[in-house]
Amino acid sequence: MNARAPEASRPNLPLEFQDPRESLGILGFWFFLASDVVLFSCLFAVYAVYHGRVAAGPTPFQVFDLGPVLTETLLLLTSSFTCGLAIFMMRRGSTRGLSVWLLVTLLLGMAFVGMEVHEFAGDILRFGTWHKSAFLSSFFTLVGTHGGHVSFGVLWAAALVVRLWRQGLTPGTARRVYTFSLYWHFLDIIWIFIFTAVYLSGKIT
Amino acid sequence: MAHLLALFFPPSVLRPAELATDAGILLGGAAIVAWLTWRRRWAWLWREWITTVDHKKIGIMYLLFAIVGLMRGGVDALMIRTQLAMPNNTFLGAEHYNEVFTTHGTTMVFFMAMPFIFALFNIAIPLMIGARDVAFPKLNAISFWLFAFAFLLFNMSFLVGGSPNAGWTAYAPLTELHFNPGVGENYYLIALQITGIGTIATGVNFLVTILRLRAKGMTLMKMPLFAWSALITSSLVIFAFPALTIALALTMLDRLFGSTFFTIAHGGMPMMYVNLFWIWGHPEVYILVVPAFGIFSEVVATFSRKRLFGYTAMVGSLIAISLLSYGVWVHHFFTMGAGAAVNAFFGISTMLIAIPTGVKVFNWILTMWGGRIRMTVAMLWQLAFIPTFVIGGATGVMLAVVPGDYQFHNSYFLIAHFHNVLIGGVVFGLFSGLYYWWPKMFGWMLNERQGKWAFWFFLIGFWVTFFPQYLLGLKGMTRRIYVYPPGLGWSTLNLVSTIGAFAMGAGFIILVYSILYSWRHRQPDLTGDPWDGRTLEWSLPSPAPEYNFAVLPRADARDAWWEMKRSGSCGKVSAVAVGPIEMPRRSAVPFLLGLSFFVAGFGAVFSFWTIALFGMAGVIALLLSGWFDEHDHHEIPAEEIRRSQAALGRFES
Repeated sequence: MNARAPEASRPNLPLEFQDPRESLGILGFWFFLASDVVLFSCLFAVYAVYHGRVAAGPTPFQVFDLGPVLTETLLLLTSSFTCGLAIFMMRRGSTRGLSVWLLVTLLLGMAFVGMEVHEFAGDILRFGTWHKSAFLSSFFTLVGTHGGHVSFGVLWAAALVVRLWRQGLTPGTARRVYTFSLYWHFLDIIWIFIFTAVYLSGKIT
Repeated sequence: MAHLLALFFPPSVLRPAELATDAGILLGGAAIVAWLTWRRRWAWLWREWITTVDHKKIGIMYLLFAIVGLMRGGVDALMIRTQLAMPNNTFLGAEHYNEVFTTHGTTMVFFMAMPFIFALFNIAIPLMIGARDVAFPKLNAISFWLFAFAFLLFNMSFLVGGSPNAGWTAYAPLTELHFNPGVGENYYLIALQITGIGTIATGVNFLVTILRLRAKGMTLMKMPLFAWSALITSSLVIFAFPALTIALALTMLDRLFGSTFFTIAHGGMPMMYVNLFWIWGHPEVYILVVPAFGIFSEVVATFSRKRLFGYTAMVGSLIAISLLSYGVWVHHFFTMGAGAAVNAFFGISTMLIAIPTGVKVFNWILTMWGGRIRMTVAMLWQLAFIPTFVIGGATGVMLAVVPGDYQFHNSYFLIAHFHNVLIGGVVFGLFSGLYYWWPKMFGWMLNERQGKWAFWFFLIGFWVTFFPQYLLGLKGMTRRIYVYPPGLGWSTLNLVSTIGAFAMGAGFIILVYSILYSWRHRQPDLTGDPWDGRTLEWSLPSPAPEYNFAVLPRADARDAWWEMKRSGSCGKVSAVAVGPIEMPRRSAVPFLLGLSFFVAGFGAVFSFWTIALFGMAGVIALLLSGWFDEHDHHEIPAEEIRRSQAALGRFES
């Protein structure tokens, strides 16, 4: 790769930006997120068209139960805050603080995924599978894709903690933590849209 | 066991044509294995090619697959034309015909044009912008191997399990399980999904490469036009391909997991698929043709010995085309019934694209104006492209006239139009680029005289094939019919079209023969600058060394190498300026990752979920192993670089 000598070291930048190669990775990750925005946009569009097409199945109003969804929302928003704290600790050079807050983020993420799986299982038991209607198909796919992203993020955070424990805070690890945090906040934003466009609007009759 | 045999080998894969291909592949495969063993080339293959992360070698591998794809898609095309040559022909049955036109279109778009474009990006872009590699070399290799194994998976379909048969667009509800049992469509959905992941990664890779790794002094507005076209293409890729991902994924969920996105009975809508597909599909057209525009902009300037006319307008029109391309998708289905206002919007936005495209055509012509034109093969393709593409574009504007489209829609007029732009634009461009950059890839030239034969056969064959198809469309012949009765006035035109198709096939065979001939009777390119080029790749020896540039260049003007030559520099470096160079280390992970995706994909195609999970576990394990590997770079010592540069005669004396 192209480690261009004159900018090889940029000590007044945060650790993950100091090495030009790692900094390339951050830019690349932003482009990946841009592409993921389009992915979710398509799923939102499909849901927007299908949310009223319930065939013989249940309506959004019948399916959604806002209590647990609000708890899920709070769990995920809190995890975004703890993820911010992890980056704050990384900026201060504290590997231990970073690991601890990453672990907290990871646990909150797991709790979120667990609640969502529970919610989905309950929906299926009460209303049947997504075969029932286009609405159910698009609902499970949109929310499930987000949940799948969160699950992947949980695995990613776990691998980060292992890496921190084995290799300490290198520029490579710092870049991976930073891109993880971008990913995690991005999922938070997607969830806000899901909460509003799917759950809250579904409860308006 | 009997059940498995029936699943793997349904009657549709036991037809004589398929069995003959089976035999051919087995014999060919055995011959390659025997050759590799006899010449003791296995280690070489593994070390130099399979595990490489060098963009130049990855480009060559893309090219190899693209040419194989061109052959497969081309044979499909000839089978289609043979069936249609005469009324009431019985060469292919209805189902066989459906399979052949499906694999023809899919192969040509995903397994010929896309890899051909990525081949030229990989070979030329880093050299043109003065970089040592792409931004993420290992990711680049991963993209390639995902593509290569998807290619393999897709092409396996007609030997094991059965071909997809719902057209390259795979419209619902024709692809729904109820109407289309069997595994053919699964192959289509999963193979395209795998190569799509690689394509998005390539888009990200080239965006970052071009934005961050340009030579010092090379501002965006000093980049060669081909680099601009790669930048625009990459941005189109990352914003368009996710829509295809979703269209394919939802169809797959419907088929394999019982969701109801496109089944009308449960509130789903087939038109949802069509919209998603073309939200990707129309930008995809520009993903294919914008690189060709870039190639022509390089070729026309080099062989007219003039700087490109209207550089700023060329860049502006590329950007305009890329933005407009997102707002035209409904023109693929004006007959959906969206209403006059919607159709008028999309009709007008489609016509608007003709404006920036026209700007480009005039700029190419004005670049030639007053230039000293050399009639090389690369330039001939450029000269053939301009009138061909203009006619294809004009019939596109005819199709954009909504009331007219209600008549032309899905007739052979449409078929003729899109082959006119996709062959006349994309394929001509790729052939031009192939001849132009070939010496840079391999260090020897392609035979020009044979290249001209191939050119004339292909060009004349092209017009003989497709001009009659415009007339057939106006006479009411619709696409995808496999047989027609005599007496409709179609017979002669169809026969002429078929003769043209075989002439194009002859052109392709001459081209392949010419490559083999030029390889045997090598005419080496010792200067590294055989065309008296203008951009930085021609400042390097052919082929370029692993590290590309011993000393990274400065580019203070457009046509940087041309300016250097004018100021008396001759591409040599001073020995004292050479320092050690850090390069990425070769890796087996990309190949194994492709293999794991292949296993997972194969499992999913047949719903063998254990195999699929096994493949996905491999994917995760490989990602983790790569992720923990900090030693993915190695340093080439300055002494070694001095030695290799001295051997190439590249030192100032």
